[in-house]
Amino acid sequence: MFRFIAGKVFQTLFVLFLVSVASFTLLKLAPGDPIEIALGNEYSEEAHQDMLAELGLDRPVVEQYVTWLADFVRGDWGTSYTARADIFTYAFVEALPVTLTLAVFALGLAILIGVPLGVLSAVKKDTLWDAGSAAFALTGTAFPSFFLGIVLIWVFGVKFAMFPVMGFVAPWEDFWGGLYHMVLPAFTLSTYFMAMIVRLTRANLVEALESPYIAAARARGEPGWRVVWVHGVRNILMPLVTIIGLQLGVLLQGAVLTETVFSLPGAGQMITNAVLNREYGIVQAGIMMTATLFVLVNLAVDLAYPILDPRLRPSR
Amino acid sequence: MTLLDGATPAPATVPPVRRRRRLTMFVRRPFFTLALLVAAGFVVSAAFAPVFAPWDPTYQDIGAMMAPPATAGHLLGTDSYGQDILSRILFGARYALGIGLGAVAIGALGGLVLGMAAGLAGGRTEWVLMRIVDSILALPSLILAVAFIAILGQGVDKVIYAVGVALIGPFARTVRADVMQVRAQLFVEAAGLMGLAWLTVVWRHILPNVVYPLAVQVTIRISEAILVSSSLSFLGIGVTPPTPDWGLMISEGRAFVSFAPWMAGMPGAALAILLIALSIVGDGIREEFDPKMQRGGS
Amino acid sequence: MTALLSVQNLTLHRGSRRILDDVSFDVPKGGTLALVGESGAGKSTIAVALMGLLTRAEASVEGKAILEDTGDLFTLRPRAWTRIRGRRLAMIFQDAGAALDPCYTVGGQIVSTLRRNLGLSRKAARARAVELLESVGIPDAAARLGAYPHELSGGMQQRVMIAIALSGNPALLFADEPTSALDVTIQAQIMRLILDEVRAHGSSCIFVLHDLALASQSCDEVVVLYAGQVMEAGDAKTLLSDPRHPYTALLKSCVLEIGTAELTPPEGSVPSYDAMPAGCRFATRCPNALPRCAGEKPPLVPRDGRNVACWNPVGVPKAEAA
Repeated sequence: MFRFIAGKVFQTLFVLFLVSVASFTLLKLAPGDPIEIALGNEYSEEAHQDMLAELGLDRPVVEQYVTWLADFVRGDWGTSYTARADIFTYAFVEALPVTLTLAVFALGLAILIGVPLGVLSAVKKDTLWDAGSAAFALTGTAFPSFFLGIVLIWVFGVKFAMFPVMGFVAPWEDFWGGLYHMVLPAFTLSTYFMAMIVRLTRANLVEALESPYIAAARARGEPGWRVVWVHGVRNILMPLVTIIGLQLGVLLQGAVLTETVFSLPGAGQMITNAVLNREYGIVQAGIMMTATLFVLVNLAVDLAYPILDPRLRPSR
Repeated sequence: MTLLDGATPAPATVPPVRRRRRLTMFVRRPFFTLALLVAAGFVVSAAFAPVFAPWDPTYQDIGAMMAPPATAGHLLGTDSYGQDILSRILFGARYALGIGLGAVAIGALGGLVLGMAAGLAGGRTEWVLMRIVDSILALPSLILAVAFIAILGQGVDKVIYAVGVALIGPFARTVRADVMQVRAQLFVEAAGLMGLAWLTVVWRHILPNVVYPLAVQVTIRISEAILVSSSLSFLGIGVTPPTPDWGLMISEGRAFVSFAPWMAGMPGAALAILLIALSIVGDGIREEFDPKMQRGGS
Repeated sequence: MTALLSVQNLTLHRGSRRILDDVSFDVPKGGTLALVGESGAGKSTIAVALMGLLTRAEASVEGKAILEDTGDLFTLRPRAWTRIRGRRLAMIFQDAGAALDPCYTVGGQIVSTLRRNLGLSRKAARARAVELLESVGIPDAAARLGAYPHELSGGMQQRVMIAIALSGNPALLFADEPTSALDVTIQAQIMRLILDEVRAHGSSCIFVLHDLALASQSCDEVVVLYAGQVMEAGDAKTLLSDPRHPYTALLKSCVLEIGTAELTPPEGSVPSYDAMPAGCRFATRCPNALPRCAGEKPPLVPRDGRNVACWNPVGVPKAEAA
C-alpha cells in the first residue's frame, strides 16, 4: 500500500518536473527579446548588461531554471511588463478563484443532473426516455460550448432577460448574487460534462444492474430505489470518478472559453489576453497552474480508489 | 456427477458475422448513415465553395451591413462589415476541415512515433516516455494549443501545428496500449523466436496491428481538432481576420448578439451540426470496428 | 401434506422462444423439492420467475403460482413483491461471492436486511446478526461483521448468504445450485447446513440442482426438467431407484458410482429453443422415442406412484405402455 502511494506520488512529481521544464522552455522559446520588451527600443549597452544581470539571463540555463523554479515555488512569479503588477497576485489570488468557482459550480451541476438522468435511462432502458437521454448525451458532448454560451445569452439574456450575461460576483462575498451570475456560465460549461456523465452512468449501470448482487439485493426484499442507488450506483462510482478526474482538463479548457463568452475575469481570460499581449510570464504561470491542478486531482483520484472499492484496500 | 457435455442449447444459427456486418452497417445504423451524409455534405461544400458561394467571402458590401437572413442576395444575411455570411460559412468549411485534418495528421503521426517508441522500448525508457506523454496530457488540448500559439504566433498554419502537437498525447497513449497488447500476443514472440529481425517484426506484425485502431482514433479525433481550432479562433488567438473561419465569425458575432444574432448563430449552427455529425460517425465507427468496444460498452 | 406453493401451467416466453412449457408442481409445506436437469433446462428460470426477479421486458409469463396466504404470485404488483421477498420468499445464489455486494461489509448487509424485514433497532439487528452468523457456523462472528465479502472464503460467503436468506424466517427458500461454486470438501457441509437450517425454521425449500443423486439424497421430492418441460416428478427415492421416464433413467445412468458397470452419455445435444419439437422436447435424443413423440406432447399423468410425461415409459411392458 505504501509502495503504491509512494509510486503514484513520485510519478506525479516527475510529471510536474517535466511540465515545469516545458513551461521554462516556453519562456526561452518565446519570440522577442525580454530586455527589449522591458526597456523599449532604445537603451544603452550598460542598461542592457544591468538588465541581463537583473533578470539572471547571463547565467547558465540550468542555473536559470533552478532559480526560476525556486522563485516559482515560493510564489515569486515575476512582474507583468504591461500592467506592472505582481503576476502571482494577478494569477493565483485574483484569476484562479474565478475559474475554480466556475468549474466547481459547473461540475456540481453536471453531477447533480447528470447522474440521476443516467440512472433513469439505465433503469428505463430501451424506452423513449432512454432514447431521449442518449440524444442529449450525444448532442451535449459534441456541441461547441462557446456557441452554446452565446445561444444562452441570446435566449436568457436578450430575449427573456432573466439572467445576467457578464461579470463575476464572488459567492463568498455575496452567495446568492454569485449564484445568480453563475447560472448561465455554469450551465454552459457543465453541458459537456453532464452529457458525458449521463452516458457513462447509463453504460456502467446497465451492466452493474445485471450483476448477481443486484438480484440478491432484490431477493432479500430491498425496494427498487435502494437496489439501484445503494447497490447499483455505489458499485459504479469508481469508473465514474476515474473519468471525471481524467476529463477535468476538458473542464478547465471549457472554462477558458466560457470565461471569454461571459467576460469573467478568470485564468482563461488571463492566459488569452497574455498571449495577445505577448506576456509570456503570465502564459507560463497559467500553464503551470492548470497542469499542477490537473495532475494533483488525478493523484487524488488514484489515491481515492481504495475508498471507492473495498477490494483495493490492503487486507487485514 | 451428472454434468452432461454439450447440454447447453446451441444458438439457432451461427451468423456469418463479417459478411453480414459489412452489408448492413448503413441499414442497421440509420443515424450513422444520416450523419455520414451530413459530414459528406460539408466536405462537398468545402471542395466546391467557390462554385456555391454567391459572393467573395471577404467582399464587404457597404450597402448591406448587418442585413438579416433572407435579404435579397444574402440568404443568411451579412455581418457587421457587410460580408455575406453564407459565402463565409461555405469557405469556412474549408478552413474547419482543412485545419482539422492537418492537425489530426500531425497528432496521429507524432503519437504513432512516440507511442511505438514507448511501447517497444520497455523499462526505464518507456517509463520516461510515458511520463512525457502524461505531462502532455496534463494540459487539456486547448490550453496546450494556446501555449504553442504563444510561441508560434497566429495564422492558419500555426493553428494546424499547435493543435496537431496538442493531440500527440492522446494518440501516443492509445498507440502504446495497442503495442503492449500486440507485444503480449504469442505470435510476436514466435516471430522473434523464428529469428526474424527486430525491425521486420515491428514492420510486419506490430505496425499493422497498431495502424488499424489508430485509423479509428483519427476519425474520432477529427471533431476534437476542429473544436479546438475553432476555439482558438473564437478566443481571438487563432486565425486572423478577415479569414472566413467559423470560430472567428462566432467571436465577432458575440458582440452583436442582441441586434444581429444571426452573425454568431449561422456559423455556430454550421459548426455544431458538423461536430455532432462527426461525433455520430466517430461513435459508429468505433462501435463497429474497435475490438475493445465490441462487447457491451456504451 | 398441504401445498405451500402450487405452480400451475407455468409457461414463459422470451420473444418467440418458449423457455418454460406448461410446468406444474407442488411444494409441500415444510418439505424439500429439487428441480433437476441439465444446464439450460429452465430450472433456474423457474426459481427466478417465482422470486419475481424477471424483468417484464425480457420475458412474458403465463400460468399461476399460488403461495399459501398470498395468492397468485404472478398477479402481484412490484410493491407487494418487495414486501414478500426476504420475508416469505428468500433465495440463496449459486455464486455467493458475486451475490454479496462487494462495496458493503457483511455485517452491513445482514443488519440492513434485518432492520428492514423485521423492523429491529440497529442494536438488536446487530445482536441478531451475530446469532445468525454463529448459527451458520461462522467462527468469531462478531468480528466478521466488519469484513468485506472478498475477505471471506467461498464457503464462508455462502454461509453468510444462507444467514441473510434465513434472517426473515421465510416460508419458502430457493437454493439455486448452492454448492456448485464451492470446493468439493465444503459442498456436503453447506448442503447439510441448508437442510438443517430449513428444518429448524420450519421452512420449505426448492433446490435447483443438476445432480440427480444429490437431489434424491437431500430432498423429499424431485422434478426432472428437460428443455423447459417436466419429464417426471415425484418422490425422490422412487424416482432414483425406479425411473419411468427415459430421460430420468438416462440421468441416473450418468451418475458415476463405484461399481457401476456402464455409463451411457446421451447422444446429440439439446435442440435450440428456435427449433424445438412440438411434442416431447426430449424426443430428438430419446432412446425409446416413438413416431408420435415429436409431434404430440405427452400429458403429465400419475403412474406407479409418481407423475410422468411419456408415451413410452421405461420399466413398463410394451403392451401396457401403448
